[in-house]
Amino acid sequence: MSELAAHGAHPPGFAHQFETVSQQRDAATLGMWVFLVTEILFFGGMFMSYTVYRALHLQAFITGSHLLEVQFGATNTAVLIVSSLTMAMGIRSAQTGKSKNQTILWLILTMLLGATFLFLKFRFEWYHDYVEGIVPGVSWHYHGSYAPGVQLFMCFYFFMTGLHALHMVVGIGILTVLIVLTARNKFSPQYYAPLEISGLYWHFVDIVWIFLFPLLYLIGGRYPGS
Amino acid sequence: MSTAIADLHETPADLGVNYLNASYGIRSWLLTKDHKRIGLLYLATITLMFFVGGTAAVLMRLHLIEPQGALFEPETYNKMFSTHGIIMVFFFLVHSIPATLGNFLIPLMIGARDVAFPKLNLMSWYIFITGCAFALYATLSGGVDTGWTFYPPYSSSFSHTHVVAVALGVFIAGFSSILTGLNFIVTIHKMRAPGMTWFRLPLFIWALYATSLIFVLGTPVIAITLFLLGLERILHVGIFDPAVGGDPLLFQHLFWFYSHPAVYIMILPGMGVISELITAFSRKKIFGYSFVAFSSLSIAVISFVVWGHHMFVTGQSIYAGLVFSVLSFLVAIPSAIKVFNWTATLYKGSISYQAPMLYALGFIGLFTIGGLTGLFLASLATDVHLNGTYFIVAHFHYIMVGGAVMAYLGGIHFWWPKITGRLYPDYWARVAAALIFIGFNLTFFPQFVLGYLGMPRRYAVYPAEFQVLNVMSSAGASILGIGYVIPLIYLTWSMRYGPVAGPNPWRAKGLEWTIPSPPPTENFEEIPIVTEEAYDYPSPGVARV
Repeated sequence: MSELAAHGAHPPGFAHQFETVSQQRDAATLGMWVFLVTEILFFGGMFMSYTVYRALHLQAFITGSHLLEVQFGATNTAVLIVSSLTMAMGIRSAQTGKSKNQTILWLILTMLLGATFLFLKFRFEWYHDYVEGIVPGVSWHYHGSYAPGVQLFMCFYFFMTGLHALHMVVGIGILTVLIVLTARNKFSPQYYAPLEISGLYWHFVDIVWIFLFPLLYLIGGRYPGS
Repeated sequence: MSTAIADLHETPADLGVNYLNASYGIRSWLLTKDHKRIGLLYLATITLMFFVGGTAAVLMRLHLIEPQGALFEPETYNKMFSTHGIIMVFFFLVHSIPATLGNFLIPLMIGARDVAFPKLNLMSWYIFITGCAFALYATLSGGVDTGWTFYPPYSSSFSHTHVVAVALGVFIAGFSSILTGLNFIVTIHKMRAPGMTWFRLPLFIWALYATSLIFVLGTPVIAITLFLLGLERILHVGIFDPAVGGDPLLFQHLFWFYSHPAVYIMILPGMGVISELITAFSRKKIFGYSFVAFSSLSIAVISFVVWGHHMFVTGQSIYAGLVFSVLSFLVAIPSAIKVFNWTATLYKGSISYQAPMLYALGFIGLFTIGGLTGLFLASLATDVHLNGTYFIVAHFHYIMVGGAVMAYLGGIHFWWPKITGRLYPDYWARVAAALIFIGFNLTFFPQFVLGYLGMPRRYAVYPAEFQVLNVMSSAGASILGIGYVIPLIYLTWSMRYGPVAGPNPWRAKGLEWTIPSPPPTENFEEIPIVTEEAYDYPSPGVARV
């Protein structure tokens, strides 16, 4: 009944091809889940290749993993998990009809945490790798043991974290749009689907990192005797 | 004189306000969010790509008239077959029925005003033409010679052609498929009219749902694979290069994980079209609705576990080969269910042989030949003999051209009156259908024999003893080429001069036939309430009212 009333009133963001607001919300949510499935398959090709080569070149992959700076990876893991929390708080705030400033605050926090992640990754990890000469195809001066396998590992390290970072950049772009829309009072407890499905995307990107971190940084045991 | 013509042929105004004349100008087309107009944008684009790929095919067949090759250097010939394969697979067949008929028909068939995400739909088309632009650029600036399969290490380290531009084009066009599939899945789930339950959906919708699942699950994998290949080529690192520990077989696994299901992306929508045509022109309910519906889904599911049959002789484990062989045989079951059910639908039907039906009947025969020869290739020992020969070429052309393209043309002819509001000359349409059928068989049946005799595919030259069969094949190709040009002419003619079709010229069932032709922009004045099953034609033997 309330839906019919909402239809008659044409709330903001309601598109002509739908009959009811709930139909539109369901379609948007399903659409994002299907999109995330395609993303799983997209990253899946890389995870699959990583797995095959790790099985073929285990020692080289361990050697390569030990070239990475685990403290930055760990810090970034914490940063991303907190950013998922702030994203969820932002959605919650819009859903329960809190003041728009509160929603914007959570979204800006999320964005800053995402930017922190990228800053740490580029400034302290990738740049460091560049200086060290362990960037395949760009700056490669590694002469230690298992050189071909280590190069393969570093390729996957850069492709996987690079693709993940690209998704983070897109996520920050989406957050920017959401902040503008929130500031313009586009969202209400009746209509906040864009926030919700963007949240799904953000959490997905975090989860990818949760898999990347141990696969890239923590294999083979970091400490003598382990 | 001019008045006489005006009297004979009604002006477009007689068709009322519809999606074609609701607004004018190039902007109204390039910025449209109407699924029907987007379908036509795709139609124009893939028709262009079809004739580009077709030209390469005609040139190849001309070259092969003589054993030493009549036209090109071998390097140029390599570029010809690569261009033909890449354009036809990635820029025509994969998009053909879903992007044109699917876009046009899905909302009409399920009783919706549009797809779930119209802007995304338009964006898919822009992504697609961007991909096409890369492919055409690469073709015009010298081409690519890797074959459509892009196998490394040749494609990554040795080929001196435009591999990256083409791979990028395929990569980009892939996102168009992904977004189209996503749009269709959500539309079919969430936009059905009241009363349009899953088991009242036309079988075309089931087929496109299954196709969309493959779009969404398979395409990302080829995207990431080509991405890795491109990086390997640009950065000179060895992802798939055995010299630095990479594995070219991994590329083949990843490639076929998409590209085998992609075969079903091409044939499943065709099967959906055939279910519509067979019922409409035999005026009978489909035999075994739920079996036909679920066979689409099971083909989609099985398609993901058979890719290894492309790699029987490439060094994959013999035990993997055994498993893939058995799994490949499984595909025959749902495919045969469809063929048997269409045949049973014809039984005691009131059959009429208008042009779309000719394509449908042609499809059943050619698809059956293509499918059965697929079983030869699914069995390990036979495949060792036939792999890499013209037998493979003939087999997949029976599926992709004899199957998918016949169904596509049948569908275009069936829904053309709905799309344009006008009829085409049925006589010429039947002539073209017959020419295509004859030309097709003359082109590709000799190739089965050539392959069985051992002529390898992708060679620019061949032993003189194969010349007769090659000349037959080339002759067939020229007939086939003429058969494809004729519809282009009379369909274009009919858009302006064809007689007005009316809402339902075939007296067919289905929501798309209950609205005016061409449909209004909003499709339905009021969203219909569906109360009957699909294909609710009067049963034979029951007196018609």
